[in-house]
Amino acid sequence: MMATVRLGARQLGPAASESSAPSVPAIEAIGLTKRYGNRLALAGVSLRVETSECVGIFGANGAGKSTLLRILATLVRPTTGYVRCCGLVLPGQANEIRQLIGVVGHQTYLVDDLTVWENLDFYARLYGLRDAAGRIQEVLDRLGLGDRAGERVRALSRGLQQRLSIARAILHRPLVLLLDEPDTGLDREGRDRLQALIADQVARGGAVLLATHSVEFGSQVVSRALFLDQGRLAWERPVGKELAGELERQLRRQL
Amino acid sequence: MASRITQRPGDLWGRALGWLSAVLVALSVAMIFLYVPSDQVQGVVQRLFYIHLPVAWLAYLSFFIIFLSSVVYLARRQPRWDRLARSAAELGFVFTTIVLLTGSIWGRPIWGTWWTWDARLTTTLILWFIYLAYFMLRAYVSDPERAARYAAVLGIVGFVDVPIIHMSVRWWRTLHPQPIVVRAEGPAMPESMLLTLAVTMVAFMVLYLFLLVEKYRIERMKDELAELRLRHSG
Amino acid sequence: MIVARQIYAIVRKDLLLELRAREQVAGMGVFALLTLVTFNFAFDLTGADRAASGSGALWVAIMFAGLLGMGRAAAIERQQGAWEGVLLSPADRGTIFLGKLASGLLFIGIVDALALVLFTALFALPVLRPMVLLVVGLGTVGFGTLGTLFSVMAATTRAREVLLPVLLFPLALPVVISSVRATTLLLTERQAEVGPWISLLLGFDVLFLGIAYLVFGHAVEE
Repeated sequence: MMATVRLGARQLGPAASESSAPSVPAIEAIGLTKRYGNRLALAGVSLRVETSECVGIFGANGAGKSTLLRILATLVRPTTGYVRCCGLVLPGQANEIRQLIGVVGHQTYLVDDLTVWENLDFYARLYGLRDAAGRIQEVLDRLGLGDRAGERVRALSRGLQQRLSIARAILHRPLVLLLDEPDTGLDREGRDRLQALIADQVARGGAVLLATHSVEFGSQVVSRALFLDQGRLAWERPVGKELAGELERQLRRQL
Repeated sequence: MASRITQRPGDLWGRALGWLSAVLVALSVAMIFLYVPSDQVQGVVQRLFYIHLPVAWLAYLSFFIIFLSSVVYLARRQPRWDRLARSAAELGFVFTTIVLLTGSIWGRPIWGTWWTWDARLTTTLILWFIYLAYFMLRAYVSDPERAARYAAVLGIVGFVDVPIIHMSVRWWRTLHPQPIVVRAEGPAMPESMLLTLAVTMVAFMVLYLFLLVEKYRIERMKDELAELRLRHSG
Repeated sequence: MIVARQIYAIVRKDLLLELRAREQVAGMGVFALLTLVTFNFAFDLTGADRAASGSGALWVAIMFAGLLGMGRAAAIERQQGAWEGVLLSPADRGTIFLGKLASGLLFIGIVDALALVLFTALFALPVLRPMVLLVVGLGTVGFGTLGTLFSVMAATTRAREVLLPVLLFPLALPVVISSVRATTLLLTERQAEVGPWISLLLGFDVLFLGIAYLVFGHAVEE
């Protein structure tokens, strides 16, 4: 019970921006490695994401972006290294961390044969949300799915499924968003809504970690860019005018 | 680096254990065939007993080692505990097979059949199947870390289950001779037989320890080789 | 409280999905029926001593159908893509296990009921009695507990259809033996001897519910 109360205070609300302490980083990872048999997916990555910040992880396919995000999302245990999220430690406090993070991954995490509403209702129950109906309607409206609540997920287009997946990720008002290629399949409108959502998250004192290989999308929303190459952090810099060009060059060189 | 691979402090111990087990096994074979008299009722075939019993104990001991190292592995996630578990599993599987085979050969002239569904035989057969499942589980999982976790789960569930399996099978049916070594009023066995059994027991335990250490070393070398490959390819 | 609500959420989701897609219970039911009918031809369950082989047939039908259903459930869970979503939620791993076990038991329970009714009708054996139902319940819980744990593991492997029975049947042997024995004793009016078997089933259920609850987290990590 104590834990829930404490975590309730950490959740993002309209008035959360003043209370977020700058000293505790949203994400702190040190020396993360992950081996899959004979393959080294991550070869020692350390990173820090502050609150009120959107950090982009760029890199080619197979550079380790997804593995890194899956470790931070508590799905995968790193081979070595350690993770702290808002001062909580993995894997010991995984359940508390799960309450604080919202994840968009390669899978949509949706049940295809249930309706849009039933899916979000299911997750609202798992997260123990109060006023679930109101919150579900709110996130559906934010992603422009307000009139699709009764449709089965299977019947939605890929782009709308992706929007619903994003709605699912923000349903419980997470402090930290971990987004793995969230722009996949999104149309113009969807991308705009996603960008607005990321901007809003940052403005309200939350943190966003965004993995993408789309320089065009990424460079518009991130405030700092990390570049992953073969499981290592190749370089890191704050976003600026020349960042987009630099990223393009890096990606092209890798290909 | 090279010297660390070719010469380790463990090597000497390993070699010593190897020689000791060779001597002890030779001694116990000599005792089984030359020293101890044949059983008056069962005849020559009873000499199998001196191998059958220690091997059976070690087959069950293996599972206990798997259980312990599985618990520690899940708690700490250090690969060495998984290495120990899979080394013990391989030995346990071999020893369980030997128990089933020697038991079968022994049972043929005594019970008049290769196989009876008595409690201990059936439990040992199920133990063999659990070992088999253990290896199949490992073989069908491609990521070694995941394979180790799954195997540890099976090792824990399986070990707790074995006594219950034994109990259920015993209630179901029993034909096996009652325990004759460990009894309240002392063992019902001539001294020479008891001595032979004691020597074989020690011999097979030392042999088991030697094999376990060697197997563990091989598994560790495999892991190191994978590590080196990884470092050179990456 | 939150635990109960999370378990309810998982069961409710599985039930809704089953009502929508109908991928499990119908198949399991037909399978159980076919097993009973096939056993009738294999062992002639119409004779006077049919109580003994009949209870065996009943349990083989229940367990094979359960095996089929649990394997299918784990496959559906992965193929629908929501499994990782559940793992991302703050629900404790033990709670997720209890939720999956509850919906698995619900489905097998429906098949149990179906099999018992058909069994009564086809072989004129009085199985619809409180004690028999208790044994069926305890046996189903024991089998379902190990099945839920192993089906989640087997679902991520190659050859999962092969692996699940290879893992499940040796370890569920005490459940098989005591369920069949207890049912046979009850059907042959030897109620007095059934006590130890029911205690064994109960002990098995409690013990492995505890162990599975504890180790489930290690089985679902990616």
